[in-house]
Amino acid sequence: MMEKILLKTEAADIEAYIKAGGYQALRKALAMKSEDVTAEVKKSNLRGRGGAGFPTGLKWSFIPKANTKPRYLVCNADESEPGTFKDRELILKNPHLLIEGLAIASYAIGAKQCYIYIRGEFAKETGLLSDCVNEASKRGYLGNNILSSGFDLNIAVHRGAGAYICGEETALLESIEGKRGLPRLKPPFPAVVGLFGCPTVINNVETLASVPAIIEKGGDWYSKLGAGKSAGTKLFSVSGPVKKPGVYEIELGMPFKKFLEDYAGGMLEGSKLKAVIPGGSSVPVLTAAEALKMNLDYESVQQAGSMLGSGGIIILDDKACMVETLLVLAKFYHHESCGQCTPCREGGGWIEKLLRKLEAGKGKEGDIALIYSIAENMLARTLCPLGDALAMPVMSFITKFRPEFEAHAAGNGCGKREAGSGKSTQ
Amino acid sequence: MSYKISEKTRAKIDELRKIYPQKEAVLIPALHEMQKEAGWVSEDAIDALSACLGLPYARVKGVVTFYTMFNRAPVGKYHLQVCRNISCHSMGAPRILSHLKEKLRIAEGETTEDGLFTLSTVECLGSCGTAPVIAVNEKYHENMSVEKTDMLLRELGLQQ
Ligand SMILES: Cc1cc2nc3c(=O)[nH]c(=O)nc-3n(C[C@H](O)[C@H](O)[C@H](O)COP(=O)(O)O)c2cc1C
Ligand code: FES
Repeated sequence: MMEKILLKTEAADIEAYIKAGGYQALRKALAMKSEDVTAEVKKSNLRGRGGAGFPTGLKWSFIPKANTKPRYLVCNADESEPGTFKDRELILKNPHLLIEGLAIASYAIGAKQCYIYIRGEFAKETGLLSDCVNEASKRGYLGNNILSSGFDLNIAVHRGAGAYICGEETALLESIEGKRGLPRLKPPFPAVVGLFGCPTVINNVETLASVPAIIEKGGDWYSKLGAGKSAGTKLFSVSGPVKKPGVYEIELGMPFKKFLEDYAGGMLEGSKLKAVIPGGSSVPVLTAAEALKMNLDYESVQQAGSMLGSGGIIILDDKACMVETLLVLAKFYHHESCGQCTPCREGGGWIEKLLRKLEAGKGKEGDIALIYSIAENMLARTLCPLGDALAMPVMSFITKFRPEFEAHAAGNGCGKREAGSGKSTQ
Repeated sequence: MSYKISEKTRAKIDELRKIYPQKEAVLIPALHEMQKEAGWVSEDAIDALSACLGLPYARVKGVVTFYTMFNRAPVGKYHLQVCRNISCHSMGAPRILSHLKEKLRIAEGETTEDGLFTLSTVECLGSCGTAPVIAVNEKYHENMSVEKTDMLLRELGLQQ
């Protein structure tokens, strides 16, 4: 049976949430020693759901014990990686699960102030979260002396203002501090010098919402869900030409083929699966054949040649032109580069320009190799992984769909160009 | 010309100060408040805010220019923001965009003469499962088509 944790109850209303057993995990956590809460999360093998998959309990344990400065918990609700729309769903359907997770995590790391950094475009979601924080405070789940435990916590909802880079954790901290979102050089890591120069843990919405169940039922229980080192359940957001695009919670390890058929409803009539970007737009693309062999867990997706990332599964069908699709992504990453690192700032621009020429049928033979080599030179040569986030799609698109790029370079296009494009629905 | 920060926004800024240990952290929330009131962030508004927070002009301007949501020129009553990213693109955003350009007779980044509509493209709105998406001011319109776009324009008062 498929266990559901994150979208099990859909209760935006606090009464309904409490009735369904909500805030009991917080009560239980507050009766434990804070180290034991962290130990339980370590035992669960929960890994960060924001993209990097870093072990959550381990991250919490990096907060230096002897440091007497205030500590902060920051919840990353920036959700700007193209193809990713799971955190929004979680916030809308189960906001108190997130708030309960924030309270437990704050207790574990000793934070009295938590900030939820939410992308500026999520106006409705911001309002909902603020309301829910107020309701939880009124009922004594937040604020001073929570549930008579002596633990105090305030949560503030902080709106971003339109910048993909602010999803990167250190750019996010700069942004809360009221600055341009420029990623910081690491080390020092945020656990030591984070928000306002203080020890800080940054976790994704989905990661934190997974915590209450771990406390309630135990780390051992959670670690047995899913597949081996990929423990637990995960939200996958699937978009593109499928019958039922949307957000689905599954235990990690499900064959992609089953997910596509049973959850996403299969391809739209008249569409044939061509390629899959399995973890948000910045991970390598997979051919249909590669994707159909993999399972949806960290190890299997990596074995297939890509990354599980945020779980934003982007489906491309036979009507998609790979040169044009890559151009869409190149334009995005070029635009979103913060400009600090030359390879990302300039490389992104060069790649976009060359792809634009290629797509318009004005490219030359050497352009493909040139684009590839620019990407190769961006890889792992920047402060933050935004450079990689363009380099990886570029290298994989060219490697796996080279004949399409060559046809464009020869001026033949792909025969798919129609006025205005947007071909999948035509 | 000078810009006066309204009493309401000032009160809001004071309120916000309590949430953060450093005054500079109020900057972005304050800009949101000011834009909510004026519709955009003018040079004078930047001046006024830098005075209010005691921060250099360049410090505030640097932030305003970094974030795409701050409008640096007035926008129409309805700001149509068409997502141009991957899933919206493959599900038909380019056709919707060219349709909007034709209907409104403006290019990207422009405002109709009557001041009703501004047309922009934006990056992924985090709603790819209901692609294509158009945000009108702060509201998402999902699963759009050319037909639904026409209906939307009529509802918003486009005169034919
Ligand atoms: C360019 C870039 C954008 C990112 N965007 C997001 C985002 O929107 N949401 C998110 O949770 N993590 C994002 N991340 C990952 C964060 O840096 C960080 O790893 C994550 O928030 C940590 O939380 P987790 O351990 O719970 O996954 C992004 C990273 C990069 C490099
Ligand atoms: S691609 Fe348009 S909302 Fe994500």
